[in-house]
This record gives sequence, structure tokens and C-alpha cells, in this order.
Amino acid sequence: MTASHAPDAVVERAVSVTTRPRASVMTEPAAKLDGARLFWVTMWARAYPRMVGAYRERSWMVFDTILPLLGVAAYVFVYRAIDAPQDYIGFVIVGGAMTAFWLNVLWGMASQLYWDKDAGNLELYIASPGPLMAILLGMAVGGLVMTGTRATAIIVLGSWLFDVNYSAGSLVLLVVTFAATMAALYGMGMLFASVFLAAGREAWHLSNMLQEPVYLASGFYFPVKALGVAVATFVSVIPLTLGLDAMRQLLFTDDPNLGFLPVATELAIITVLAAVFLVAAYYMLDRLEQRGRRNGRLTERRR
Amino acid sequence: MTSIGNTPETARLPLTAEIAGRLLDLPVVRDKKSLRSFITAAWLGWQIESNWADPFLFAIYSIARPIASVLILVVMYSVITNGATDQPIFAYIYTGNALYILVGMVITGVSWAVIDDREHYRTSAQLHTAPISHFSYLYGRGVARLVVGSVSVLITLVFGVIVFDLPIQLSTIDWPLLGLSTGLGVLSLAGMGLMMGSLTMMMARHFWSLGEAVAGSLYLFSGAIFPLETLPSAVRWIGFALPATYWLEAARRALLGPDAAGFQTLAHLTNGQLNTILAVFTVVLLASSLYVYRWSLARAKEKGLIDMETTY
Repeated sequence: MTASHAPDAVVERAVSVTTRPRASVMTEPAAKLDGARLFWVTMWARAYPRMVGAYRERSWMVFDTILPLLGVAAYVFVYRAIDAPQDYIGFVIVGGAMTAFWLNVLWGMASQLYWDKDAGNLELYIASPGPLMAILLGMAVGGLVMTGTRATAIIVLGSWLFDVNYSAGSLVLLVVTFAATMAALYGMGMLFASVFLAAGREAWHLSNMLQEPVYLASGFYFPVKALGVAVATFVSVIPLTLGLDAMRQLLFTDDPNLGFLPVATELAIITVLAAVFLVAAYYMLDRLEQRGRRNGRLTERRR
Repeated sequence: MTSIGNTPETARLPLTAEIAGRLLDLPVVRDKKSLRSFITAAWLGWQIESNWADPFLFAIYSIARPIASVLILVVMYSVITNGATDQPIFAYIYTGNALYILVGMVITGVSWAVIDDREHYRTSAQLHTAPISHFSYLYGRGVARLVVGSVSVLITLVFGVIVFDLPIQLSTIDWPLLGLSTGLGVLSLAGMGLMMGSLTMMMARHFWSLGEAVAGSLYLFSGAIFPLETLPSAVRWIGFALPATYWLEAARRALLGPDAAGFQTLAHLTNGQLNTILAVFTVVLLASSLYVYRWSLARAKEKGLIDMETTY
């Protein structure tokens, strides 16, 4: 199975399992879905264009792999220019890979509902029986898959080019930490989607404003501990801060004083953040929709 | 006086509209379609960049991004050197990163204008059928980002002088070198930016990444934040084929004076030679941008892509 066909198969399976045998699709009236099944199908339907679209044009191999690595490489050479220990090169590679997820959350999640409104999709979402929360989750799942390619490319190519060695303490813990970080991060993105939609045209500037300052605050290219306890504590509300710190502790075990907090503590905080962001996203979306319906301005494109 | 948009003659115009109006009224501009298109587009670009955003948010955004970007390097440097910001390499990294803001802004400015017009405001078809010089219009749209970028560079450098005691003094700056090299550097980068914008007209996907990707490459290969000698010799030549390398070197020399001497990537070149190379780059890139623009425009029209909305 080629990379471009894999997402089609996943979505087809998700839809067919929850509805009916594929052969009957053309002959029988569509089954009415509701509850969890409707949520599930809606989520995959929204994830589908993201998972497939990125791979339709072969140029993704350049744009999503080699080019992002160039910006990351610049930071590697800064460390080389000042004779930093080799582990710091690894910090940059891992941090650089995580920038892909942050950019996706900002531009592919937070700003997305605003763009959907602009393109006329938002009113279709609202008019459809599919829950908006499932649409947001579908955006997150699709974005995660799409961005995962870019992040993996940065890690694999970067580690190979710059001779980065990892000493994974616990692979299971690493996978759990990554999964929890992504849940919290995309939960934050889902929350931001409503906030940015309310912000209207300012969404563009908000996304821009949250790019480099978050790279700095979350320690994408250096251990967050370097910012001091007060700042590091304050910026821990951004899931990538603690997620990245925990992953670095698990991947580079040579320095026991590297981390800001113990991995278990960081994992616990990230899990709480994930729950808080997802619940907050649900309430924010509901509130925004109710307010928009009352004012009749939810899909207004002038703002 | 010429009024911009539908603003009545009697209403008080914003300062930028006032300036644009006065410029458009100049006899030399009135008869030149390309100049009229350029000025109007520059004014429009400024409106999009600034007035259509909350002024407070715009100010924060204009300051926060560049400062954060340079602070990333400051923290990286301080972690390794225990805060030895008095070393010449620190001034090299700091000024290089501050000046590079302009490179990124100019390179991406035009491609963003093309994307904005086509995908966001959906005015591409109208722009191509209106009696304007679209080539000049695109350069004009890049001007707004040049202004925002220049302010960011200034803020970042002043921040560096105040907080990190960067060795830059108004009395020791080589102003003629700074002015000439920056003028040539910006023009050559604008040529590159227009080529990026022209190629964007033909792209359906990944157009978001093109300008950013080129800017990212320049960040790596132009020696903006580390001496080019740090790069492997196999790829170092790429840096020597980029105008940004020569502009950054000249601007650093102008700003830092003798403090830049320890890390001159192009130490064997005199200031005059640097400016000559920059001038050659400028002529070649500006001329090439016109050809690339015409070729891209013809192909985009041929393929029906000129007003394509991909919503990608």
C-alpha cells in the first residue's frame, strides 16, 4: 500500500464499520447516524482531506521534509559555532521536529475555523448534523497525521546528518509522553479555534504573534530550565514546554540535571492539561455557537 | 487632491492615505501607470498589515516576534557560554539575526501578497483585468512588509544595545556603507521575493511554504547567525552565491566597526568590492524577476490558475 492510499483505506474502513456494507451504499438510502457513530464518522470525514490532500502533490517530499530541516540546521550550526556539547544538537533536532506540531496547531487548528468561515465551509458545518466538536477533532487527527510526516523527517534526517545519538530510557514512557503531549497540544488548538474565530481578522496576527515567542518560552532549542524556575513554571501551561522537557529527559539520559521537573510529574501535569483543554474547547465552542446564532453573525464574512 | 478609495474629499484622511494621495498627485507619478500602481499597492499593503488589525495587537506583534526570535539565540548562547555577551561572536550572532528580519520580510512579502489576493480576498481576477501594472503592484505590496521589517530591525538592535550592551554607537556607524549596502541588499532581495511571488501564481499546494522555505535556506546559508566557515565546505559555496551574505557582511561592518573584524566571513573583500558584488546581484535579480514574472503570468493564464482558489 502506498503512502497516498493509506489514509483512504483508514477513512473507508471507519465509515463502513460504523454504517453498513459498502456494496449497499449505492442502492439503499443512507442510514441515519447519531450519537457516537455520527461523531466517529464526522471526525474521519474531516480528517480525510488533511490526510490525503498533503500527499496528492509529490512536492510534499521536498516541502515537508528537506526544507523544514534547513531552518533547524541553522540552529545546529549556531551551537557548533560556539562549541556546544553534542547533546545540544540533539535538543535542537527534537525541538525542531516539535515546531512542526506547534505550527500545525496555530495555522491548521487555531486559525482554521476562521478560514472555514471565510471559505463558506463554517455554515455548512453548522447546518450539517455532524457535531462541531467532531469536526474539530477530525482537524486535529488529520493535522497530526500530516504533521507527523514532517516531524519524523526532521528527526530522521537531522539525526543522521548531525550524528545525534539517543539513549532512550524507556520507550513506552516516551510514547506515552508524546501521546499525552499531542492530546494536550491539539486540545489547546481546539480551544484556540473558537477563540480565534471570535477574534475575526485578528486571528492572523494572533497566530503570527504566538510563533517565535512560544519557541522561546517553551524552550524549543534549549532546555526550558535555562529560563529560570519562575518563567518555566509560568509557561508550563503550554503543553509543549513540559512535553518537550520530558521527552528530552527520556532521550538524553547523560545529564541527570537536564530536566525542569521529574518526568512523572511532567506527564501528570500534561495529562491534566489535556483534559482541561478538551473540556474548555467543548464549552467554548458551544458558547460561541450559541452566541453566534443569537446575534446572527457567526458566519458573517466581513469581520 | 486625489482621494484613496471612497473617502470623501472633506473627510479627514489617515496620515498614510494623505501621503499616498500627495504622491499620486505629483506630475511625474500621475502620468506613469507603473508608479501609480506601485504607490497605491504600497498604501494598500500598509492598510492590510496595520490598520486592519487592532493597533495594540499590531504593536505587540511587531515587537514580540523579533525580540523573541533574537532571545532564542541569546539563551542558546548564554546556556553554553555562561552569558559571555561581551564576546565579538555574540555581537555577530545578534546583529545578524536582527538584520535577517528584513531578509525574511522582503523575501516572503510578495508571495504573501499573491496568496492573499488570490485565496483570501479573492481579488486576483479583478487585479489582472484592472488598468494597472501588476508587476509594479506586486513590488508595492512588498513595501509594507519592508516597513514593518525595518521597524522590527530597529527595535531589535536598540533592545540589544540597551539590554546586552551591544557595541553599536551612532557616532561610529559607517552610515554611507550601511545606506548603500542596505539599499542594494533590499533591492536584490525584492527581486528574489518577486520571483517567489511569480512562482506562487502557478502553485496549487505548498504555496504557503515557498517564501518561508527560501527564507529558511537563506538563514542557513547566508551566515546570518554563524560564520560561514562553520558550514561544511561542500555547501559553503551556496552562501557565496546569495546576495544576503554580502549585505549582512557589509551591514555588520558598518554597524559594529572593528568589533566585526574577528568574524568576517568575507574578510578578503573590501567594502567597495562588497557593494560592487551587491550591485551586480541587484541588476541581475531585478531583471530576472521581470522575466520570471512574465513567464509565470503567461503559464498561470494558460493553465487557468490566475484566480484559482484552492482553499488548501
